[in-house]
Amino acid sequence: MRAVPIIALYALEEALRRRIFHVVLVLTALYLALYWLGADTAFEEVQQFGGELPVEEKELTGGTLFGLSMFGTLFLGAVLAAFLTLGAVRGDAERGLLQPLVVRPLGRSALLVGRLLGAAAVCVPYVFAVFTACALITRAAGDWWPDQFLRPGAELAAGVLVIAVLGLLGSVFLSATANGIAIFMVFGAGLVAGLLGQIGEALNSDTLQTVAERTSWALPFEALYQDALYRITSESRGFTGLAIQLGPFGGAQAAGSNLQLWVATYFVAALGLTLAAFSRKDL
Amino acid sequence: MPPALAVHDIAKRYGRIDALKGVDLTVEPGELVGLLGPNGAGKSTLVKIACGLIRASRGRAEICGSPAGSPAARAALGYLAELFRFPGWYSAEEVLRLHQRLAGSHGGQSERRELLDLVGLAEAHRVRVDAMSKGMQQRLGIAQALVGTPQVLLLDEPTSALDPAGRRTVRALLEELRRRNIGVLLNSHLLSEVELVCDRVVILSHGAVVAAGSPAELSRPRGVEIETDRGFKHFADAGRDEVPALVEQLVAEGHRIYGVHVLATSLEEEYLQAVGGDEA
Repeated sequence: MRAVPIIALYALEEALRRRIFHVVLVLTALYLALYWLGADTAFEEVQQFGGELPVEEKELTGGTLFGLSMFGTLFLGAVLAAFLTLGAVRGDAERGLLQPLVVRPLGRSALLVGRLLGAAAVCVPYVFAVFTACALITRAAGDWWPDQFLRPGAELAAGVLVIAVLGLLGSVFLSATANGIAIFMVFGAGLVAGLLGQIGEALNSDTLQTVAERTSWALPFEALYQDALYRITSESRGFTGLAIQLGPFGGAQAAGSNLQLWVATYFVAALGLTLAAFSRKDL
Repeated sequence: MPPALAVHDIAKRYGRIDALKGVDLTVEPGELVGLLGPNGAGKSTLVKIACGLIRASRGRAEICGSPAGSPAARAALGYLAELFRFPGWYSAEEVLRLHQRLAGSHGGQSERRELLDLVGLAEAHRVRVDAMSKGMQQRLGIAQALVGTPQVLLLDEPTSALDPAGRRTVRALLEELRRRNIGVLLNSHLLSEVELVCDRVVILSHGAVVAAGSPAELSRPRGVEIETDRGFKHFADAGRDEVPALVEQLVAEGHRIYGVHVLATSLEEEYLQAVGGDEA
């Protein structure tokens, strides 16, 4: 495991020096600028109602906007995690980047763990930075701050790490392009699960809600996202609380204490499967 | 002292295809062995098994006495893949630094400079891989394979992208490696190059060894040709030992002798015969 930090540093350097990272930074800056514009406009327009609505206007606006920004943050984090892991094994092997590293006395497990740590070292600070920037923008635009801050941010970051480990797993079996498509389809499946849950709640359909719940646990980045959404307005009560819970792209759902254990188990199992598959792979 | 590389009864099966069918091969320390064969003969598969990149279906491969793929075997090994690439944003020096850290080499900058100098890239140590020609990248690949002073070097087509000057540099480098007692397995399509530098040659075809020996052992005598003032005289059944008598006889007959050539088949001819005329 001596080689883990060397590979992690290599992966980190790769992430920071690749053009894709610069593109992500530019897109993020654009996204934050648009979010600021949108938040500013939304709060201004809501103020014009002057308390005519039967809800806490500032709370509803802030919670909804910030919930929307969390989806954007998760999406950008997922894009980054996917690009950092989608070609880690088969893609790099096909390009001839992997073989010179694998023949060194470092062990295949160390190589993959190092790559995952490198991706985490980029994705986790990135998600926290965007999450914090959005919270600060929401406060600047409408004097609103989430009920819980650190836990939802950590859950989004954990969600992105789950996507990263799934990307790494896919990279053992699929070429980079196929894996990229697969990761975004999996991400989309999580999104659909959230929408199904919302529809199920609106229609009071147990079947739809069960399907949504099981899917979100099978793809725990979705369950983490829903729990994070719930936590940013966890102290909202009454009609305002209900309105906020119908968040964008998936309703807020408190996941309970089992979620952390499930995510940890899921992560370790996915990583274990990745290591086992890679250890037997001909390169 | 165990062989630098020992391969015993190695077989590899991909589905219904036998890529290797029980190959035996050894490379002693300081020995340069050329691995020849047509495309699809199993050369790269054999090299990859020795590196631990591919698992054999049967048999065993050892690097300096340690099972191929084990940490000890990898620590003793240098490898240049046929198709390889280094991150484009790294400079030559950064590539070597990364491999020094992975190989646990404490050679530092002096090792990096020595290796770049050895492959003729001393002036290009700060050039990014992206800005390098294919030949420069191949030289860098060879330098990378030498990081950590390996005891055995597996080179898969190391000169395919090099110009004649680059090939000469690599030949000189291989001679130097022999002097340093490093065992080398050279997988190459360039028969003339293999003939020039290798102590032994192993020819693979359809996953099996079809010929092995020194280039001299593999070649067959084709007679003696003597250049005289009346043209060339060819003695098909004669060999080196018969040359003095033949010359004496021709001189006695009043010929003037300008040159004597002991003829033998080239490695290329032997190779083509061994692989049954398969495309090289």
